[in-house]
Amino acid sequence: MDELLAALIAMAGGFTGGIVGVGGGVLFVPALTIFLGLTQVEGESTSLLMIVIVALVGAYRQNVYGNVNLRAALIVGALSPLGVLLGVVIANSVSERVLQLSFAALALFIAYRLIRRSLNQPAGA
Amino acid sequence: MAPDSALPSRPLLKLAAIGTAAGVFSGLFGVGGGTIIVPLLILWFGYGERLATGTSLAAIVLIGLLGALAQGGIYGNVHVGTALLLSVPAILGVVLGTAVQQRISQRAVSLLFAALLVAIAIELILQ
Repeated sequence: MDELLAALIAMAGGFTGGIVGVGGGVLFVPALTIFLGLTQVEGESTSLLMIVIVALVGAYRQNVYGNVNLRAALIVGALSPLGVLLGVVIANSVSERVLQLSFAALALFIAYRLIRRSLNQPAGA
Repeated sequence: MAPDSALPSRPLLKLAAIGTAAGVFSGLFGVGGGTIIVPLLILWFGYGERLATGTSLAAIVLIGLLGALAQGGIYGNVHVGTALLLSVPAILGVVLGTAVQQRISQRAVSLLFAALLVAIAIELILQ
């Protein structure tokens, strides 16, 4: 039963990833930890491998549909380790609560910009 | 369509900034880089939602690969068998998700993404 639920949640994670272009880790981690008994660290690490596989298939499908700028993707991906290092430095100098609230504020601001932009577009766009 | 196929230096800097920001946020919050990559490609580069999400998925392959290699190689925390098994339904999901995305309006994709961001913000605030 737990395995079935884990499979369903993983499928939902992949579906979400396909529609909005994220990795799906938000759902993979709980599927692995809550239903398959992995620890948080194991769940997050294992989820990373799943994200790679799922994003690879998703990117392949989107490329078939003509929706991938490969060059931009390579530049963004290649620079991310620099960001991870920067993140470690930031995490060691700012309290976690301040970070959480700052990112929450940023997420809400970006959501507002996306909504405002879509409402200004013609419906068929 | 590829708005920045010529890729002069200023867009290159912006792309580098997006990659760095994606790394910062995935390292700090464990949210995939896509949360940052998709809206910045839309708002900074004027990508359509489909091009932004497709490009984001391709970037995530590279970001996740570097992360997974570090985790698996250094810490040995990756359960490879479990990941492969659970990837089967997840792959089915992503194939369905990308197919459905081609059939809904780009505006709907933006609004879904905004809903996801609001959910993430609420989760962070409540933690």
